[in-house]
Amino acid sequence: MHQFTITPLAPWELAGYDVSFTNSALWMLITTVVLIAFVAGGMKRQLVPGRWQMAVETFTGFIDDMLEANIGDAGKKYVPYVFSLFMFILFANILGLLPLGVVGVHPFTFTSHFTVTGVLALITISIVLIVGFWKHGLHFFGLFVPHGTPLPMIPLIFAIELFSFILRPFSLALRLFVAMMAGHVLLEVLSSFVIDGTNAGALWGGVVGLPSFLLMVGICALEILVSGIQAYVFALLTVFYINDAENLH
Amino acid sequence: MDMEAAKLVGAGLAAIGTGLAAIGVGNIWGSFLSAALRNPGAADGQQGRLFVGFAVTELLGLLAFVVAMILIFVA
Repeated sequence: MHQFTITPLAPWELAGYDVSFTNSALWMLITTVVLIAFVAGGMKRQLVPGRWQMAVETFTGFIDDMLEANIGDAGKKYVPYVFSLFMFILFANILGLLPLGVVGVHPFTFTSHFTVTGVLALITISIVLIVGFWKHGLHFFGLFVPHGTPLPMIPLIFAIELFSFILRPFSLALRLFVAMMAGHVLLEVLSSFVIDGTNAGALWGGVVGLPSFLLMVGICALEILVSGIQAYVFALLTVFYINDAENLH
Repeated sequence: MDMEAAKLVGAGLAAIGTGLAAIGVGNIWGSFLSAALRNPGAADGQQGRLFVGFAVTELLGLLAFVVAMILIFVA
């Protein structure tokens, strides 16, 4: 589908690899700039915060509370990472939903590509592995054997826990990518109902086009909700996995 | 059966999985709501678990969607 195709804007080849500046990279850049502008606007450090500062502080406080509740005091040092991750995904999802097609600019939702979400998940899992082995050394493998496991069960439990640990980056990346892609495909299918139905004449426009259009307005609202929920779930699961690395079981 | 037709039938059958995941997600939110109405004080503390349960259940529905997409576009 056209909205998911990656087109190179500034072709560039490096050592035989295609590293062009694409529309995906452009929207990552836009997301970063918007995010920096949003956070910078709230960094006034006034004693009585204004609206903007309040909005930014709500987000930082939200991430801070999440880490405090799930990891404890050791979670403080992960606030910058989890905050960046959450806000980057949230802004990317919402910017991709903006109806800029009205003025001829088509937003590109780069979170609907497995390569992007896969790299985000890899960063998370790398932090988990590095912190886990740094802090606990080889005791980190104790993560795969919960306390009080009977001796004969240990090989089986170890295999199952190891398998679920290896699957984590995949499930983390897959969830965000599929949720965003499915939402955009759904909107495209519904909009094709509206356009084709209305083109087929007034009767079909009334029977198919209008109800589809009303449904589409509702689904758009749902997609904004999904954007927030998926960003939250990604950040929350990241916090859970980091908690495993910090505190074992 | 023609190969192309079999793929589309398979993709349609995979959509059943998304419906089943919808039952699961509805069950999670419904159980949370009924429990939260009984004890509103404890509800906020359980939101993390609610979303983890939601995410795990939803993933299975999304996997069904991936199977459908693979059958239509890749296989």
